[in-house]
Amino acid sequence: MNENGTKVSAGDRGMGIALRSLNRLAGSTLLDRVGIRKPFERMIFSTTKGGFRSATAAARTFKAAQTLGKPARQRSGKTRDLFDLSPDDEQQMFQEAVRDFAAEKVRPAAGDADAKRAVPGELLDQANELGINMLGVPAELEGVMEEQSAAAGVLIAEALAHGDMGIAYAALSPGAVATAIGRWGTADQESTYLPAFTGEDTPAAALAVLEPAALFNPFELATKARRDGGDWVIDGTKSLLARAQDCELFVVAAEAEGIGPALFVIESGGDGLAIEDEPAMGLRPAATGRLVLDGARVPAGALMAEGEPGAYAECVQRSRIAWCALAVGTSQAVLDYVIPYVNERTAFGEPISNRQAVAFAVSNIKIESDAMRLVTYRAASRADQGKDFGHQAALARRLSAAKGMQIGSDGVQLLGGHGFVKEHPVERWYRDLRAAGVMEGALLV
Amino acid sequence: MINLETPKKFKPLVSQAHQVATEVLRPISRKYDAEEHAYPKELDMLAAVIEGVNEGGELGGAGAGGVRRDSENGGDEGNRNGSNMATVLSIIEMCWGDVGLLLSLPNQGLGNSAIASVANEEQLELYGGKWAAMAITEPEAGSDSAAIRTTAELDGDEYVLNGEKIFVTSGDRADLIVVWASLDRSKGRAAIKSFIVERDNPGLKLDRLEHKLGIRASDTANFILQDCRVPKEALLGSPEIDTKRGFGGVMQTFDNTRPLVGAMAVGVTRAALEETQRLLTEAGVELDDDAPAFSQSAAAARFLEMEADYEAARLLTLQAAWMADNGKPNSLQASMAKAKAGRTCVDVTLGCVELCGSVGYGENELLEKWARDAKILDLFEGTQQIQLLIVARQLLGKTSAELR
Repeated sequence: MNENGTKVSAGDRGMGIALRSLNRLAGSTLLDRVGIRKPFERMIFSTTKGGFRSATAAARTFKAAQTLGKPARQRSGKTRDLFDLSPDDEQQMFQEAVRDFAAEKVRPAAGDADAKRAVPGELLDQANELGINMLGVPAELEGVMEEQSAAAGVLIAEALAHGDMGIAYAALSPGAVATAIGRWGTADQESTYLPAFTGEDTPAAALAVLEPAALFNPFELATKARRDGGDWVIDGTKSLLARAQDCELFVVAAEAEGIGPALFVIESGGDGLAIEDEPAMGLRPAATGRLVLDGARVPAGALMAEGEPGAYAECVQRSRIAWCALAVGTSQAVLDYVIPYVNERTAFGEPISNRQAVAFAVSNIKIESDAMRLVTYRAASRADQGKDFGHQAALARRLSAAKGMQIGSDGVQLLGGHGFVKEHPVERWYRDLRAAGVMEGALLV
Repeated sequence: MINLETPKKFKPLVSQAHQVATEVLRPISRKYDAEEHAYPKELDMLAAVIEGVNEGGELGGAGAGGVRRDSENGGDEGNRNGSNMATVLSIIEMCWGDVGLLLSLPNQGLGNSAIASVANEEQLELYGGKWAAMAITEPEAGSDSAAIRTTAELDGDEYVLNGEKIFVTSGDRADLIVVWASLDRSKGRAAIKSFIVERDNPGLKLDRLEHKLGIRASDTANFILQDCRVPKEALLGSPEIDTKRGFGGVMQTFDNTRPLVGAMAVGVTRAALEETQRLLTEAGVELDDDAPAFSQSAAAARFLEMEADYEAARLLTLQAAWMADNGKPNSLQASMAKAKAGRTCVDVTLGCVELCGSVGYGENELLEKWARDAKILDLFEGTQQIQLLIVARQLLGKTSAELR
């Protein structure tokens, strides 16, 4: 018996001894003196998790089906005259199809995908068949939209995230790479990579902007690209990529020597590229991981948009709108879930929704999620009309970080202890909604 | 097609309203805040100009058009941007100038709204073109307007009104007061009707004018109604007590006026944000849309947060107006807009004073005044809590008996 009167088994005692010796080592100054405490701690963590750094997936051979004289681009839409909150027919068609898919396929698969950190391949294929990864592919390259439509992207992301944010992230990530190449790729990059995104077997791909650093600022990147002969050599770490282990193609943001922050297209499988698993609080179906670039060498032609700074800024802004759209969708999911719950749950002899403290929380979820939606729509619609939208994207991001998280928290709160357990999805939404204010890059509209 | 920009066709209107706010309201804003109860005579000229421009239409105050759901709102392919949106846009501009003065604009009272909403042709003929205030609140009945005690008894061809009314905006200055009274207190809210009382009716006695925290340019009157006789024709709407329809007509006015109060709050909020941005820039604070909020200064991060709430409130207000223009039921959205805009206005104006320190707090600038004016916008036309109740009842499918 130990001091608390608990009986300790022989096995426990063995573990106790091991822990004690580890603890002694951890407490000694030796590690600090030789400067290996951090690496040591990380090693302990990783070995307990079981080997964690691996090579990137083997990429398919990306081959140009045609040569383009100049990059193909979707045109921006016309300036609209009237204030209007109704989607057009094409947008509505997409929205309805994705809504049905989210309700029938995504939501039922969400709990399991969260637990397993994987989305069933079949589900990703079905999502892909809806055309969600082709929205930013120019029509010349067999895309589906003549005009760019950030609004369509927002409506689709919102509808998918109503099903599940983590699955939405996994499903939309390849589309972000296709859109980036469709908007800022060279003619060569477009003809080489985009055909893979319009077929059936779409590659996993990631738009890698975020880095593992507190106060990360996408305009001050730690990932560096230096010129070496005719090549670029890139060093740095990118964080929280969807399905990192499966990715065949990356668009990587790096501070390019003599240029500033810029985007590079990088195929998986090369030297100097490795994947680290990076499980997080939420977005678990997306099996998030890091991309570690250690002297990764790419040809001069890997640089996108000739390093034009406006293109990179636009990429960051469009990503923020996409994450806002996910936050809107998941917030709506919270609202739709708590309404019947608080009406059915009784306490003190009546439904808890008869109490203002409960009812007002529901009102505020509705008010803030609708407002967040409108601000997000405005940013997207300005982008579609070729107007500046960085300011509106910043406002939408602020709301999705603050109000989106509040909604996630209130969703759990309204279910009380039941919200804390996995029998209900609100704890998952709580974890996922934190992502909206954290993520940079990764998705695009 | 999704588009949340201000429609081009309203740009001249917005620009006119902004000119008025800049040239007429702002210069006298501090003056009438300091001289509470002084009549802002500059507004008579303005009222005449406004009537000249659009016959009491879109450019104007809270009681301007936008309460009748007319079919001449204009637009294409089934999408309309009409008088509701125009009114909201012009109120935002005017309140960027001064909300207390907007509330004091002759012929633009809330009573005008009620008359425009429910009056019949003869009443429109008789009372049109006059300034009408609205008298609902009583000492014992604020948010709970069904509990009002003022009574109206039919005596021959006249109704006799008895009771006490408080918080009547522009009550002393208006030509008419629309008084809410009960035909039969045992029949609850269905018996509550509105009556038009001429200001010079001997039965209508001014008790006092309030001294207030803000909107001091706008007079707030308390009245005693003592055997106040009005002709039978002064009753607005139907004299029938229809217990099934309940409040019906009288409450309907609020669905239309709530977005207007939302617009007032949006205008005041923007005024404070613009001034604060100017002062922060002077103080060397840079606002960067691209850098994450938390990698900027705390002041910049706070400013961004306030601006985000402002944009949220503004778009909810426009949404409510857009729905009204398009004949969509918007009672829920009207309350959401009012709730968000009201609380945002208070939070932001107070936050701006805090950011600007003694410059914000002192009377040399208008920031402290806007922070005082702001509070009424989260109170009148239904407090924050009442709006949240309305929203919750609709979302949860509750009656007012279930969710009280």
